[in-house]
Amino acid sequence: MNLLDEALFERHQLATRRHFLKACATGLGSMAMGSLLGATNSKIPHFIPKAKRVIFLHMAGAPSQLELFDYKPLLKELNGKDCPPSLLEGKRFAFISGIPQMLGPQANFARHGQSGAWISDLLPNFSKMADDVCFLKAMHTDEFNHAPAQLLFYSGSPRLGRPSMGSWVTYGLGSMNENLPSFVVLVSGGKTPSAGKSVWGSGFLPSIYQGVQCRSKGEPVLFAANPNGMTVSERKKTIEAINQINKKKYQTFKDPETLTRIGQYEMAFKMQMSVPEAMDIKQEPDYIHEMYGTEPGKASFANNCLLARRLAERDVRFIQLFHWGWDSHGASSGESLDSGFLQRCKEVDQPMSALLKDLKQRGLLDDTIVVWGGEFGRTPMLENRNGVANPFVGRDHQTDAFTIWMAGGGIKGGLSFGETDEIGYSGVKNRVHVHDMQATILHNLGLNHEALTYHFQGRDFRLTDTAGKVVKEILA
Amino acid sequence: MGRIIWGISLFLGISFSCTPAKDRISFNEEVRPILNQNCLPCHGGVKANGGFSLLFESEAFSVNNSGQPAIIKGNARKSELYQRIIHQNLELRMPLAADPLSEEEIGLLKKWIDQGAQWEDHWAYQKPTFVANIPKEQHPIDYFVQRKLEEQGLTPSAKAELETLLRRLSLDLIGLPPQKEWLNQLQSGLTYEELVDSLLDSPSFGEKWASMWLDLARYSDTKGYEKDPHRNIWRYRDWVVQAFNEDMPLDSFTIRQLAGDLLESPTTNDVIATAFHRNTMTNTEGGTDDEEFRVAAVIDRLNTTYEVWQGTTMSCVQCHSHPYDPIRQEDFYASYSYFNQTVDADLDIEFPVLEIYPPEVNAEMEEIFKDIEEMSGSPLPVFSNDPYRLKQFIFPLLMPYDAADFENVSFYGDGSVTNWIYNLQSMTGKRFRFSFPEIPLSGLIGVKMEYESKGGDAAIEIRGKEAQGAVLNYSLFAAQENGRGVHEIKISEQDLNGTGLFFEIINTSGKIPEGMVIIRGIALVYESPSYFAEGVEEKKKQLINLRRQKGDRTPVMRSKSKDYERHNRLFVRGNWMALGDSIRPGVPAAMNLQGEDPMNRLEFAKWLVHPDNPLTSRVMVNRFWQEIFGRGLVATSEDFGTMGESPSHPELLDYLAVQFSTTYHWSVKKLLKHIVLSQTYQQASKIVGDEQADPDNKWLSRGPRMRLSAEQIRDQILAVSGLLYDSIGGPSVMPYQPEGIWQSVYSGAQWTLSEGRNAYRRALYTYQKRTAPYPNMITFDAPSREFCVSRRITTNTPLQALALLNDPAFYEAAEHFGNTMEIQGGGDLEAALRYGYRQALFQEPDEEDIQILLDLCQQAEGEKPLTLAANVLFNLDGFLTKE
Repeated sequence: MNLLDEALFERHQLATRRHFLKACATGLGSMAMGSLLGATNSKIPHFIPKAKRVIFLHMAGAPSQLELFDYKPLLKELNGKDCPPSLLEGKRFAFISGIPQMLGPQANFARHGQSGAWISDLLPNFSKMADDVCFLKAMHTDEFNHAPAQLLFYSGSPRLGRPSMGSWVTYGLGSMNENLPSFVVLVSGGKTPSAGKSVWGSGFLPSIYQGVQCRSKGEPVLFAANPNGMTVSERKKTIEAINQINKKKYQTFKDPETLTRIGQYEMAFKMQMSVPEAMDIKQEPDYIHEMYGTEPGKASFANNCLLARRLAERDVRFIQLFHWGWDSHGASSGESLDSGFLQRCKEVDQPMSALLKDLKQRGLLDDTIVVWGGEFGRTPMLENRNGVANPFVGRDHQTDAFTIWMAGGGIKGGLSFGETDEIGYSGVKNRVHVHDMQATILHNLGLNHEALTYHFQGRDFRLTDTAGKVVKEILA
Repeated sequence: MGRIIWGISLFLGISFSCTPAKDRISFNEEVRPILNQNCLPCHGGVKANGGFSLLFESEAFSVNNSGQPAIIKGNARKSELYQRIIHQNLELRMPLAADPLSEEEIGLLKKWIDQGAQWEDHWAYQKPTFVANIPKEQHPIDYFVQRKLEEQGLTPSAKAELETLLRRLSLDLIGLPPQKEWLNQLQSGLTYEELVDSLLDSPSFGEKWASMWLDLARYSDTKGYEKDPHRNIWRYRDWVVQAFNEDMPLDSFTIRQLAGDLLESPTTNDVIATAFHRNTMTNTEGGTDDEEFRVAAVIDRLNTTYEVWQGTTMSCVQCHSHPYDPIRQEDFYASYSYFNQTVDADLDIEFPVLEIYPPEVNAEMEEIFKDIEEMSGSPLPVFSNDPYRLKQFIFPLLMPYDAADFENVSFYGDGSVTNWIYNLQSMTGKRFRFSFPEIPLSGLIGVKMEYESKGGDAAIEIRGKEAQGAVLNYSLFAAQENGRGVHEIKISEQDLNGTGLFFEIINTSGKIPEGMVIIRGIALVYESPSYFAEGVEEKKKQLINLRRQKGDRTPVMRSKSKDYERHNRLFVRGNWMALGDSIRPGVPAAMNLQGEDPMNRLEFAKWLVHPDNPLTSRVMVNRFWQEIFGRGLVATSEDFGTMGESPSHPELLDYLAVQFSTTYHWSVKKLLKHIVLSQTYQQASKIVGDEQADPDNKWLSRGPRMRLSAEQIRDQILAVSGLLYDSIGGPSVMPYQPEGIWQSVYSGAQWTLSEGRNAYRRALYTYQKRTAPYPNMITFDAPSREFCVSRRITTNTPLQALALLNDPAFYEAAEHFGNTMEIQGGGDLEAALRYGYRQALFQEPDEEDIQILLDLCQQAEGEKPLTLAANVLFNLDGFLTKE
């Protein structure tokens, strides 16, 4: 192409993008330059945001609040006593049947920080961060099975098919960077969460909004590595050849999708460079590795925490971590409070504390919301599956009370919000539903959860379904 | 302006009789959109504030809380509705706490009321009809399209080049790239129409169109949710392929999928077709309440059916009346009843299933059957739903999971039955029972049960003939410490006759585990004839073993028996645990032009395809149109309600709907042939002139140009490279997939690369796992098949570029193709490139393009030059696009 053609081409490229972002009636498909990539595609929020990004640390399987944050001295006294029938009537459990016994806390608690937050001795590093985080101690949900509860937690509905929180956020806010995905998922513990990839799926939103799973072991993003034997310059030249021919195609057909495709190939090439760079934690100094407890090349929660910080620095919008193995029923040693659970606590205590500290020292915590939690809580009763006590110590699923914590990004630090009853069975003060948590996260990102909608199958859908209230009391 | 248009209309010979009415306000086109947008949120199906709703005509004109109607026909000034939209007081002005209506909107509403406030039913709820004098020499589609183009001041495009058209036609009809020979054949006398016919006859046709249908059917090879285990349901997929290939009329296609089991003497295929609605998810996570997920599946069946056949969103109506469309909450549960009476109940073993055996196992069984017949010499009872005579030949042994129906019990994969089910705190009010209505009672003197029970509180009650028939026996199972026992019951009743054994497990104390039992097998003892001659028992064990090991079990639909029917009730605010009034079967009145309500699933299926159903033919025609043109005549193909888009070409839509359901007798092939023979279809897809004149090609001023589907992309790469193994049907296959995609919890399932050529099958056959879909299907916008999807949203992302550039499966094809190019080039690089270009893009090489490829090849470093060229060809816009 000569210079004049080149200039015309660029003008078309701009005009086309504008057309598709603004005017295209059915052109969801053509929101090609959309939000996955592209600095200029940051969208305007509903109001001034307090945070730009989210790091979500999900403990898949649901950790026990009664061993970590929700201290219940009375439960200690009741340990071993039969559960009164009044507590069981009308309740639905996953596994408890017949009359179970009460189970006292399986850890020692102390108050920490100036705020005096209760944290157990299973999280020695984290207890030093008490004044930076806000505990929501009377969380509740509607679902007591893992997959539906995780779906409710992330998509606002217990059934498969809705977009996940990260997809809603990138749909609402667009991307802040031009060479990395906007919504990145990191998984550790050897298993994806119970609800599978649906918890980072885009549901009925266009697939550009789905979470991209990056792996700390192996190829970081699927198909980002060139085929064996192909050099970087060969890749560069093939993409140039593709785009040259495609530009000619555009001249003939004037199809704006062709222009978009040209842009996407350029971006794909950038991603091939930038993703491995972002994912390479070997570049970090020793003191950082010591701080997080990371070992490069492994698939661990610690590595993923450090990656989360690197991705946050590079302005990835939504960083979602899943760490599997918290389902402490007591049915096996791996899934018990007296064994597997202790191991999980060790795996997360140091890295999650390091992450908070590290974000803080880099000034990133101010505009990053960090959330930690599981999909529901655990019962104050010992689980007696099929009416018989389990071989190990464990608790069943419970929906009416559990604890999560949030930090940074416009959330008040050093606050314990909400209270449960004397045995931690249900919330009695300042209860926060999963939909409220979602509304609050969106709020701090500058999004009104009632206005962030998408029309599908004849009606508007939103993350918080038909509910959700911003928890104003925890906003800084 | 009006006058000019009028003039043109006259010139075109279109009747102007409608023109004077232009002054008349159209409710559907002008008024309804204003009401939907501004009023219905508070005065509709969800809320009727002030006792006023605009959802139904009767409500809109009836007396509300103010004591009088809000609309006085013929007098806007006296109408509260008009007064309130122009009110000065912000606390009274409607819409409340929102911007006022525009002058224009107010004017329209005023005029509409003054003209008599004529209400109109929504267009889609009126029967499609067409009256048009289509000129004989013009293809009807072209006639309708032409009229719209003229209205819009647009002109049609020239005919596409032959190669372009053939590629489009081939991708559209069979989903594969065209063949070079066609060009020669066309030159030597074959007509375009004959070519179309041969493509419609190709077995690849069914594979292409099955892709569309499987999105609607939410077909998947796994059950969904946490463990997301394997589901054996590929026979349904093959049934769809076959149905399209046989051109099964769409009415039969509908009835078989929704109610094939209820047809008079259904064939095996009719029953397999009902797996359409067994594609709902089954939750096998530990500690789930089966009833909760059974209800979820039934709701999905209802929503899916209404979306697929009626283009109607029912999901809103689960919780409250429809906000915009004339459907009441009761209507949801009236239709729910059609699907609420099947025996499946979220059991892990997917009960009920249709058992099918591979031919060699079948032969082995036949041998055993023969032996049994010879040995026993006595006639055996005949069971329905037993094509392989299994129940007949293991009789008088019963496998509990062969029960016809059940309530509250659960079956295990080994055939046993138990009352160990979820949520045992609340056993009160529950009955745990299962039935064998076909068992002959004459001569029955005893029943033996192999069982396992820890406590002594489990009892069995056996009744004869019917669920409430005479009690033949009631007895406690003896407690067995961690072991099995045999419970022997004497039936010493007077002379029994007739058929039917009905079992109920009773927990006498309500205690767990004392009242729990697992019944592993049941043997019936007859006085005469004796069914156990010498050696027969051994043979029967062989049969049972064969069943357990070799049986291929497809989940299907089966209706509940009368005695076990569920009480159909409304869910208060959509909550399945808050049961409301009893609801009789029925369909929404607004959509029912047939009078009587259908009473069961079969009648409901027939209602959908009845000539008086206003929606089915339109919705279906629109689906096929959308698949070809990339956009439906109704763009919102999932929603034909008042919030959906109005049809771009209403007369064309109705013409096609009537043609399809009457003249063509629901033949999909005839419909598609009609479409592809039109000039509209055969236009070039280049944008000529103003790029903004018809940006989305809504008016069809050019041919369709769209990115290929996920399936077409894979199939085309395999076909062009020569790797494609074009074998039809069978269990799903596992082509190359990177490691680490499958990490489901509590699941040992593995992605194991299919052997040999099976790794190169069409994408239709790729194993589909709901919680971890095949990456390149999802990347190219295929849904994960968790719910019904009417249209895929096409995206254009860098992840697609990465996949096409680097996915080892695609790259292997590029290497393979590069080698072929080399051989075809006979040592000449340029000749090789020309061959590859023609093969991949089905067009004569563009000289500049060849030069670009040549330059690239000359710069190759380590990689084979032609592999690089093939990689480029597989990534070109022209390759990835139907144009």
